[in-house]
Amino acid sequence: MVTVDAPAEPGLVIFETAPERYRHWRLSVEGRVATLALDVDEDAGIRPGYKLKLNSYDLGVDIEFHDALNRIRFEHPQVACVVVTSAKDRSFCAGANIYMLGTSSHHWKVNFCKFTNETRNGMEDSSRHDGLRFVAAINGACAGGGYEIALACDEILMVDDRSTAVSLPEVPLLGVLPGTGGLTRVLDKRKVRRDLADLFCTNADGVRAERAKAWKLVDDVAPPSEFAALVREHAAALAASSPRSADAQGIALQPLARSIDEHGYHYSTVDVTFERAARRATITVRAPGQPQPDAADAIVAAGDAWWPLALGRELDDAILMLRTNEPELGLIVLRTQGDAAAVLAVDRTLLALREHWLVRETIAFLRRTLARLDVTSRSLYAVIDHGSCFAGTLLELALAADRTFMLALPDDVEAGPAIVLGEANFGAYPVVNGRTRLQTRFDGEPATVERLRDRLGRRLDAQAALDAGLITVAPDDLDWDDEIRLALEERASLSPDALSAMEANLRFPGDETLETKIFGRLSAWQNWVFYRPNSTGERGALKLFGSGTKPLFDQERV
Amino acid sequence: MSIDYAERIPNNVELASNRTLQRALEHWQPEFLNWWKEMGPTDFNAADVYLRTAISVDAKGWANYGYVRMPDYRWGIFLAEPEPDRRVGFGDDFGKPAWQQVPGEYRSALRRLIVTQGDTEPASVEQQRLLGHTAPSQYDLRNLFQVNVEEGRHLWAMVYLLHAYFGRDGREEAEELLVRHSGDADKPRILGTFNEPINDWLSFFMFTFFTDRDGKFQLKSFAESSFDPLARTCRFMLTEEAHHMFVGDTGISRVTKRTLEVMRELGTDEPEAVRRAGAIDFPTLQRYLNFWFSSSLDLFGSEASSNAAAYFANGIKGRPDEKKYEDHLARATSVELDVPDGKGGIRIESVPLRNAMNEVVRNSYVEDCMRGLGRWNRLIEAAGHAFRFSLPSTRFRRTIGNWANVATDPAGQPISQAQYDAQIASWLPSDADRAFIASLMVRVVEPGKMAGWIAPPEKGIKDRSIDYDYVRLA
Repeated sequence: MVTVDAPAEPGLVIFETAPERYRHWRLSVEGRVATLALDVDEDAGIRPGYKLKLNSYDLGVDIEFHDALNRIRFEHPQVACVVVTSAKDRSFCAGANIYMLGTSSHHWKVNFCKFTNETRNGMEDSSRHDGLRFVAAINGACAGGGYEIALACDEILMVDDRSTAVSLPEVPLLGVLPGTGGLTRVLDKRKVRRDLADLFCTNADGVRAERAKAWKLVDDVAPPSEFAALVREHAAALAASSPRSADAQGIALQPLARSIDEHGYHYSTVDVTFERAARRATITVRAPGQPQPDAADAIVAAGDAWWPLALGRELDDAILMLRTNEPELGLIVLRTQGDAAAVLAVDRTLLALREHWLVRETIAFLRRTLARLDVTSRSLYAVIDHGSCFAGTLLELALAADRTFMLALPDDVEAGPAIVLGEANFGAYPVVNGRTRLQTRFDGEPATVERLRDRLGRRLDAQAALDAGLITVAPDDLDWDDEIRLALEERASLSPDALSAMEANLRFPGDETLETKIFGRLSAWQNWVFYRPNSTGERGALKLFGSGTKPLFDQERV
Repeated sequence: MSIDYAERIPNNVELASNRTLQRALEHWQPEFLNWWKEMGPTDFNAADVYLRTAISVDAKGWANYGYVRMPDYRWGIFLAEPEPDRRVGFGDDFGKPAWQQVPGEYRSALRRLIVTQGDTEPASVEQQRLLGHTAPSQYDLRNLFQVNVEEGRHLWAMVYLLHAYFGRDGREEAEELLVRHSGDADKPRILGTFNEPINDWLSFFMFTFFTDRDGKFQLKSFAESSFDPLARTCRFMLTEEAHHMFVGDTGISRVTKRTLEVMRELGTDEPEAVRRAGAIDFPTLQRYLNFWFSSSLDLFGSEASSNAAAYFANGIKGRPDEKKYEDHLARATSVELDVPDGKGGIRIESVPLRNAMNEVVRNSYVEDCMRGLGRWNRLIEAAGHAFRFSLPSTRFRRTIGNWANVATDPAGQPISQAQYDAQIASWLPSDADRAFIASLMVRVVEPGKMAGWIAPPEKGIKDRSIDYDYVRLA
């Protein structure tokens, strides 16, 4: 087992950290309430060239935030409410660092925004599904991405010191959007009237406590002397309303068992191999190799070595590593390997013990990881051939793919690969659109999804899977190698931009949710704005921010 | 199922050990035979025809002669011998190794080109399926059937590529090649020209001279392809295609010769007199020539084509005899094209050479056609007549490209639509012309005898005499 503390190569971004290494956050736990206080070390940016002033954040700050949330979920399961606040005086958070944004590449900006969006969505996910509540305690200036962190919380409390304001100054100051959910949550979550939202989002100074509350931008306000008490009161009330168990004992999240070499990333249950010339990566997920615990105590004892949790953490890390460090590997091939029965056995445990906090958090981890896969801007092809185990939870990988190829052996059907539908495919892992991958796949055909229940637990060979609409194509053994090679080569030859855009459209048919709007409308517009000269051109607002030179806009409305 | 593949399907692609190909052909071959029995020269299925069959690609094997019933013809699969260490000969990847597999990136483009080429092969068999009933001699009847079975083999050649390199999509496309039919309103052949019936032998000779010559140039372009199996397939097809153009070339020569004989006997070149004597007057021949030449020109595509540029850049389809050019990248050069100026005149437009590849190939084609015309004109000149066949302008009567639907005279000068309509009957075969040609189409079956509108050939097939029994009718 190799643990990588320092980047394996210069510039490699590692998403793993631990509280003792945090530079920017302080995590403290008191009873059922945890406090996450932002305390950015301005000299500790993840990339050189900017200072993280005014509690502003970059990817490194958000990697710690992401880690801290998982620590609370698994190491402090008795926590029912998290207070998100600042350890700095009179400054809550100034949002994403402008100089970082102004100097980084388009890919870096977009990838950074996606990750921060996922982390904030993850807070809402935990609240919605698992009763982990969040309260933002805005104890100082709160701008842009800072307010967007607050928006991801269940409640927003704000100090009323007659000068602190909340603001979304992106449009007036930077010529970009509050793209980390800001515009979407102000309307769809906070229900701020849209004309007031227009006022708010174009006013660089923002609004102070009284008006913020009147406009529903915050839930409650208090003067500095009473603020701590207000926060305690709300945190306690939120914790009291949470179904989380007060006496759950946490497990330790150990460093990931991961090695990195020029061929890929290697974990205990997940292996990633690069085929750079072909611009693709293959993610292979291995079924449990040995029997897994099926009782709560044994699962807690196994801790993060329990197969589904290890899988979740490793797959999550692999996706993040690929996204950030390997932008040119545009096609991800999803494979599985091992005994489908072993996967289905774990699924039975997951569902039988789903009320146990660790099982529930493990399902939640897998749910968020699969959701991360759904919004990954890479082509996803699932390849189902000999030795694969796309069953139950692992079948979700195939259902998340843009296309699924399954080997057919018409002359020896029994010897061919099979997929198996499990109960887990019918509700355990909703997509960001709020529906299961099966419901998403068969959009507008609820009866089709219901009929699939008849096949629960049955081996479906290629023809059966094809007839059921669960796979895309089923080449036979004579065609297989060529079909796969051609399909992979063909995909790799298409425009990466058009593919990202096409896939983002085709993956989410049907009704919108807050999350799909953030990943669809808000991110797409933000990424468009990022490419326009009025933000990132030589005379663009983002580029020139803080330079003393006024931006010069191309006045044409496009 | 055990089939002696080498015996039933002569090949040099190791069919006996290629299960993928066997499986594809087991399904397709019966469908091909059904197609031949329904859409081929149906009424002659029982005749024994003196045909050449390719059983290997070497000098001994590619032309084996003997009597065979057409449904029993052994359609084979042949690729020209591989060129060791063959390289990409043009475009952006010039000098890199040629492709022995289809690159995924070009799968669609290659499949589309192969399907389009493949579609023309059975189309011409369908177009010509009734001609046997009016053959001017047994010799000609045999040549018709030779052309037909070889077009069938060329279909096989394209189907081989689809089966061997394009997986399931390829198999589906191969079946579609048998489902589309020439002139079928619901399932027509892909290219317009191949939906026109060929009901008379003068059209057949014109088709084999002009339209099959387009095929020759397409095959020569494909013979340069970086996709080596396609290049090798087309190189071998070209050896067979030569005979088809020979049929057209000598056919029109023989018609010309017969007309000259009749003119000498009559002592006049007056068209009506020639016609009354049962021969085809030169102005009528010229009108047929105008028709077939101009419709074949469209097959090369637009003068300025982004597809052609992409095919060249990507190494998919080159120029015929690419080696004779010095610049195989064709990146920096441009070509000047005549385009209509919209005001009844012509202006010059400069187009990058890669975009003008269709025009480059079309120009080579026109030169090749000119050589045939030269041979016919020399016959006329030797007989002391002033008439000369001429090719119309490439601007005349086009339906594709810069000059599509622009009214011009045969010299390519833009004219008004009214002028065009008034004179078209003197430029293209009229209904009366076609009726006259149809009246000449009488079947002659006695060995060695010729219909009155055509002279005998100079020699028979494979050293056989002209009166050899080339087709033994059942």
